[in-house]
Amino acid sequence: MDKATFKIWRGDADTAEFVDYETEVSEGMVVLDAVHRIQAEQANDLAVRWNCKAGKCGSCSAEVNGNPKLLCMTRLSDLPLDEPVTVEPMRAFPLIKDLVTDVSWNYKVKEKMKPFTPRPPDAEDGTWRMEQVDIDHIQEFKKCIECFLCQDVCHVLREHDLHDAFIGPRYLVYAASLEMHPIDTENRLEELKNEDGIGYCNITKCCTKVCPEHITITDNAIIPLKERVVDEFYDPLRRLFKVFTG
Amino acid sequence: MASYETFDYDVLIVGAGGAGLRAAIEASTGDLRVGLVCKSLLGKAHTVMAEGGVAAALANVDERDSWRVHFADTMRGGQYLSDARMAELHAKESPERVRELEKWGALFDRTQDGSILQRNFGGHQYPRLAHVGDRTGLEMIRALQDHGIHQGIDVYMENTIISLLKTGDRVSGAIGYEREKGRFKVFAAKAVVLATGGVGKAYQVTSNSWEYTGDGHSLAYHAGAELIDMEFVQFHPTGMVWPPSVKGILVTEGVRGEGGILTNSEGQRFMFNDIPELYANTTAESPEEGWLYTQGDREARRPPELLTRDHVARCIVREVQEGRGSPHGGVFLDIAWIKEKLPNAEEHIRRKLPSMYHQFKELADIDITQEPMEVGPTTHYIMGGIRVDADSQMTCVPGLFAAGECAAGLHGANRLGGNSLSDLLVFGKRAGEYAAQFATENDAVPIEESHIEEIAQHVLKPFDNPPEGDNPYEIQSQLQEKMQQLVGIARSQESLNQAIEEIKMLCEKAENTHVVGNREYNAGWHTALDLDCLLTVSEAIALAALERKASIGAHSRDDFPEKEEPGAGKYNTIIHKTDDNTMSIRREIVPELTDEQRQIIEEMG
Repeated sequence: MDKATFKIWRGDADTAEFVDYETEVSEGMVVLDAVHRIQAEQANDLAVRWNCKAGKCGSCSAEVNGNPKLLCMTRLSDLPLDEPVTVEPMRAFPLIKDLVTDVSWNYKVKEKMKPFTPRPPDAEDGTWRMEQVDIDHIQEFKKCIECFLCQDVCHVLREHDLHDAFIGPRYLVYAASLEMHPIDTENRLEELKNEDGIGYCNITKCCTKVCPEHITITDNAIIPLKERVVDEFYDPLRRLFKVFTG
Repeated sequence: MASYETFDYDVLIVGAGGAGLRAAIEASTGDLRVGLVCKSLLGKAHTVMAEGGVAAALANVDERDSWRVHFADTMRGGQYLSDARMAELHAKESPERVRELEKWGALFDRTQDGSILQRNFGGHQYPRLAHVGDRTGLEMIRALQDHGIHQGIDVYMENTIISLLKTGDRVSGAIGYEREKGRFKVFAAKAVVLATGGVGKAYQVTSNSWEYTGDGHSLAYHAGAELIDMEFVQFHPTGMVWPPSVKGILVTEGVRGEGGILTNSEGQRFMFNDIPELYANTTAESPEEGWLYTQGDREARRPPELLTRDHVARCIVREVQEGRGSPHGGVFLDIAWIKEKLPNAEEHIRRKLPSMYHQFKELADIDITQEPMEVGPTTHYIMGGIRVDADSQMTCVPGLFAAGECAAGLHGANRLGGNSLSDLLVFGKRAGEYAAQFATENDAVPIEESHIEEIAQHVLKPFDNPPEGDNPYEIQSQLQEKMQQLVGIARSQESLNQAIEEIKMLCEKAENTHVVGNREYNAGWHTALDLDCLLTVSEAIALAALERKASIGAHSRDDFPEKEEPGAGKYNTIIHKTDDNTMSIRREIVPELTDEQRQIIEEMG
C-alpha cells in the first residue's frame, strides 16, 4: 500500500503548529479517511468534526492545501501525493482545537434575521399553492448544507474581520431564500442594507467557487438582493414617490 | 469532587434531529423552559441524510390514498408486529405534520396544480412521499431548525449526555459533558425526551455517522426503561460498495422509485425471481408494467425492486453469495437505462436525483446517467428501541419519553422507506406535547448529588487507566467486525451465542481503555465513552436475535427459516435490566387489534 504525508494543524487558540503524519493510502480515499486513520492509529485525541461523510451535512469543512473544502468530498487522487498534503482549520473562525473552529457566530447571525412569515393559506386545509417554476430558484438556495466554506473564503470576514458588520454569503443566500419565497410576506431590505451589510460584498465570487453544493451564490442570490436594495433605497423615482406619500 | 455547572429546565430534549427538534418546538409552545442537547452542531443530525421523502397520505397525486391505506401498508410492511395504535396515529397525523412544515418555510416539490408532489416508494401502495429532489431530510431539518431557533429553546450544541438521573422512580434530569472543554453539565428537568436516533455504529458497514452509538437506547435501559424488538435492524438494500472508503453510504430508494432496476452480473433483473406471497397480488408481472408504475400509471403494479427493504436486501445477498454479484461484491443498480424510455433522461435523472448524481460523480467517478451503480446492503436503521406508550411516548419510567428512531413500536419487523421522517414528526410532536404536560402537572424532584459523583468518576477513568489499556478505536472496530459477521443479515444460534461471548469480552476490555491527551475536544475519550452505549445495544440486539427463533422482516435466522415459531404466536421481545445488573429478555404476545383496525387490514389485503 502507498504512503502519503499529511501536515495537520494541531493545537489550540494559544499555540498550534503543523505536525507531520505519514499514513497508508488506498484507492478511493478522501482526506477525511486519511485524517481518521491518523486519528485511530497515531493521534487518538486529534479533533475533527464530521458526520455524514457524503457531502450532505457540511460538518467537515477545513482547508486542504490552502483551499476551503469538505474533507469528506476531497479525494486523495485529486491531490499531488508526492508532496505533503496540508490540512488546516477554517481560518475565518476562532480555533477551538486542531481542525475544529468555533462557528457559533454563524448561528447567532441567523437567529437575528427576521424569520419566515407566510401569507394566510390559500386553501381551507391550511396549504398553499405554488408553481414548481416559481420555487426552482429558491430550491437552489435551500440546497445549502451550512458548511460555512463561503464564509471562510469571504474577504470581508476572513481578511477584514467584519463579523459585526457583515453577515456573509451564507446568510445572504438565506435572506434570498426568504425574500424570494413566494408566500413570505416579510421585508428584509432595510436590514440587508444596514446591519447585514450587503454593501460590503464586492462580488468577487470567491464564495461561489468554493460552494460544495454548487449554489450560484453571487449571481443568483447576492446580486438580485443588491438590486432590490438599490431599488428600494436609491431609485430616484421611488424616493420622490416616498416624499409625496410620506 | 467533580465540578459541574447545573441548568434547570421543565423539559430537556436529548437529540436534535427531526424528532428532537419537533419535540422541542412542541414543548416550547407554552411558557415552559426547554433545553435541547445535541451531540453535533445544530442541523447536522442524521435526518439531514434522509433522501427519498416523508410518507403522508396527503392524496395529492392519487386520491385513492388515505390514512387507512397508509396504516395497512405500515402494518403489512412491519409483518404485523407493529404497535397498531402507533401505526394508526402515525397514518392519521402525518399529513398535518407535513403541511405544517410548509408553514415554517419548507418547500416540497410541486404537482401541476401547485400542491405537494408525492412519489412512489417501497411498500407504499400509492405515491405517498412528499419530497424535495433527493434531499428531503435537509429541507425538513432546516425548516425545523430555522423555526425552532425563534421559539426560545436553549440549544446546547456539541454536548453529549452520559447518564440519566433518577430520584426515586422518576427521572430528574441528565448529566453530560461538553465537547469543547470536556466540562460536566448537569441538567435538572421535570421531563426528559430521548431523541437520539440509531445504533448503526455497532456495525462495520453502515450509513450512520459516528454519533449513532445507541445513546438513547442505552440511557433508557440503564434508567430502567424497556427495549423492545431489538433484533430488528434494517439493512438498507442499497448502500455504496466501492470505493472502500465510501462503503455503506446510502443510495436512496428514490432511485428505484424513479425507475431504477437491480440486475446481476448476468444482466438479469433478479428481483422478478422471488416475490413474497404477501405481495404477489400487488407486484408487476413484467418489466414494462413495473416501468409504467414508476411513471404514475395507476393501473400498473409496482416493480419488484420496490418490495420491502428486508426482502430486497436478502435477494441482493443471495445473488452475491451465489456468484452473480458485481465486481466489488454488490449488484448493479441502473437508472441510466431509462434513456430507452425518456427522451431527456439525463437531465431528468440529474433533476430528480441530484445528490445521488453528485455523490457518485465525486466519490466513485461514476456518471449515473450513463452507467449503473454498484450497491449492496448497509446497516441503516433500527426498528427496535425504547418501549413507549403509543399516545404519549412515555416509557415505563415516569417523566422519561422517547421519540424517533430510538423509540420503537411503529415499524414492527421492518420499516417502510419514508415512514421514518413521518415518524419523527408525528411522535416528536407527541413526545414534546406530553412531556410538557407531565412537566406542568408534576413538581421538580431534587437531584441526588452522590449519583453525579459516581458517574463523573466512571467517565474520567479512561484518563487514569494504565497506558497498556486498549485503544478505544481498536475496541470499537473489533465490536463492529463481530456484529457485522455474527449479528448481520444472516444469523444463527451459533453465531449469536458467539457474539454474546465476544461482546462480554469486549465489555471487560472497554473497562480498561486508555486515552491520551486532555478533556478538550478529545475524540479518543469520546469514543471510549460511546463504547459503553454501543456495547449495551449490541448485547441487546444479539440477545433479542437469539430469542426470536424465526425469520421475519429484517431478522433472518439460518437455523429457523420459517416466519413463525410453531405455537408461539405473534410476539414482541422485551429487554430490561434486572436488579443484579444483567440483561433479561421475555416475550409478550402482540395485543389484539381493534375491530376497526382488523377490518381495514382485511379490506386492504
